[in-house]
Amino acid sequence: MKSNSGAILGPILLACLLTAAPARAEDAPSSCEVPAYLLTSESSLPKVAEAVKSGHSLDILVVGSRSSTINTSDGSAYPGRLQATLRDKLPAVPVNVSIELQVKKTAGEVVGGLVKLVEVKKPTLVIWQTGTVDAMRSIDPDDFRAAVGEGIAALQNAGADVVLMNLQYSPRTETMISASPYLDNMRVMAQQREVPLFDRFAIMRQWHDQGDFDLFSTSHGLDLAKRVHDCLGRALAQFVIEAAHLKPAQQN
Amino acid sequence: MTSIADRIFGPPLAGEAGAIVRDAATAPAASLPGILLPVGAERELRLDLFRGLALWLIFIDHLPPNLLTWFTIRNYGFSDATEIFIFISGYTAAFVYGRAMLESGFVVATARILRRVWQIYVAHVFLFTIFLAEISYVATRFENPLYSEEMGIMDFLKQPDVTIVQALLLRFRPVNMDVLPLYIVLMLFLPVILWLMKWRTDVTLALSVALYAITWQYDLYLTAYPNGFWAFNPFAWQLLFVFGAWCALGGASRMSRIISSRITLWICFAYLFAAFCVTLTWYFPQLGHLMPRRVEQWMYPINKTDLDVLRFAHFLALAAITVRFLPKDWPGLKSAWLRPLILCGQHSLEIFCLGVFLAFAGHFLLAEISGGAGMHFIISISGILIMWAMAWVISWYKHVADKGGSRTKSTGGNADMAGGGS
Repeated sequence: MKSNSGAILGPILLACLLTAAPARAEDAPSSCEVPAYLLTSESSLPKVAEAVKSGHSLDILVVGSRSSTINTSDGSAYPGRLQATLRDKLPAVPVNVSIELQVKKTAGEVVGGLVKLVEVKKPTLVIWQTGTVDAMRSIDPDDFRAAVGEGIAALQNAGADVVLMNLQYSPRTETMISASPYLDNMRVMAQQREVPLFDRFAIMRQWHDQGDFDLFSTSHGLDLAKRVHDCLGRALAQFVIEAAHLKPAQQN
Repeated sequence: MTSIADRIFGPPLAGEAGAIVRDAATAPAASLPGILLPVGAERELRLDLFRGLALWLIFIDHLPPNLLTWFTIRNYGFSDATEIFIFISGYTAAFVYGRAMLESGFVVATARILRRVWQIYVAHVFLFTIFLAEISYVATRFENPLYSEEMGIMDFLKQPDVTIVQALLLRFRPVNMDVLPLYIVLMLFLPVILWLMKWRTDVTLALSVALYAITWQYDLYLTAYPNGFWAFNPFAWQLLFVFGAWCALGGASRMSRIISSRITLWICFAYLFAAFCVTLTWYFPQLGHLMPRRVEQWMYPINKTDLDVLRFAHFLALAAITVRFLPKDWPGLKSAWLRPLILCGQHSLEIFCLGVFLAFAGHFLLAEISGGAGMHFIISISGILIMWAMAWVISWYKHVADKGGSRTKSTGGNADMAGGGS
């Protein structure tokens, strides 16, 4: 993988300039290395692999709460960055990422509507970002786990691959939001249902510890948020490619 | 369920009391058939030592992860400092108030316990006030768009009427403020526990185990505000508290043979080692694939809220080994190096509250002065030094400044042994 990164980085830079063109040139990707183990999963994404192999379109639906967006209209939140990166890495496949925001809803409240969403949009892959609202409202972790399990089952039955995404690492609110039961339960559910888990929490903490980002920052500006989401989108694209076992050969 | 019971009675604990109680047997003064109480026993320094240690570890665990976090026991096994704290609290509370109950009767002992409960309650409310001040400050300064969702946690500030009342009812508790409410509830029931123990110690412990089992079977819990439940379920955690009381009131001496057996020792070591291996996979996820899936599915999640049996057993194993290799009369207990820990353990309520406050303050400083590993380290170390200094000041007050007020001595009695202050 390492030897590839140079070759990949070039097109990414280019893609950033092109897709996020109206943005600024200084939006060069931050250095945000993610250790390999955070980008691999024992579980796989057979539907995604098939879609890419057969050259059909790869439709990805992101179901998430507020932390799946930032307050801008351009595609600078991670779903937009995911789309840009995947289009770049999989030029032979039409990639579409759409997002369904479920603001201020717990996993239990989202589950009911999931099947309908999938029936309407028929995505190949659903990236379900959840846990934050549950942690903030300290929902019973057992209920949360049950809801996540139910949601995964519903999505799989409706014919989509699923990737779970957990909470953001938010050092500022650590004294106020107890994340760990929700992180643990998502890990358990992902393992039980054999669904890849994109460990956003661990990844962001890694960046914070490495000094890539100062997540304690009080800055009111959007710059930090944009850079973090850019890195998240690229890491997520990498994660999906790895989990679907898309060989570099298929990427070109 | 039988396996739970086996576990509880099996790998035993705490000759902590063993030594004391043997002394008591030779001087059979105030002992009733049901309860053995040490007579004129010296202060058990090991209890203070480990409670002090628990307080330091709780403080470090409440800070954001940093270098010192690697020294806390939760990284090396299932249980953490909370178990130590609750067990020793049960032990010392039973020790102090159990004697009061024998000497002065149920009503007087209850009255003393209730005064203690009141003190803990006031301490909790005081901490909540500080927390509220910090949160309000952060909420008005901090608007990073990356975290606009997480900042929703501040919404409770919009309805202080409800929030504050719920906090006074112990139903609204910010993160890290869960231990004191648990302690309050456990202490509130201490008179009943002691009264039962005076009648039959073993039956009381059996009842406690039964309540624990029922809690797991029927999912008993206390609700919290705005929703959810108590992070430390008192119905489950009472087991550790009652077990501590049971050890204090003679249980430990009866277990001393089991504790000193070689088999127990090896079981404990094997279990601790297995737990250590499991925790390794949490911190080095690369090792995760070495864990058999079966075991994972059976074991996870290890439930802290309801005091998972795995955690309880881990604590028992730790305690059994500690008691075995650290005799009561170990000279090191009197050394100046352990003095800070012991001092902190002797004033546990004050130092606990101070620790929670310092953890808030530490978070706050890290947020305002930007972190960095060095800063983290300095904050942790100075926090511990402050706790030590405070413990020293408190004991100075007790022994020097308050010497004149002789009345406090007799009423307060040994209250500090039951967790600090009088």
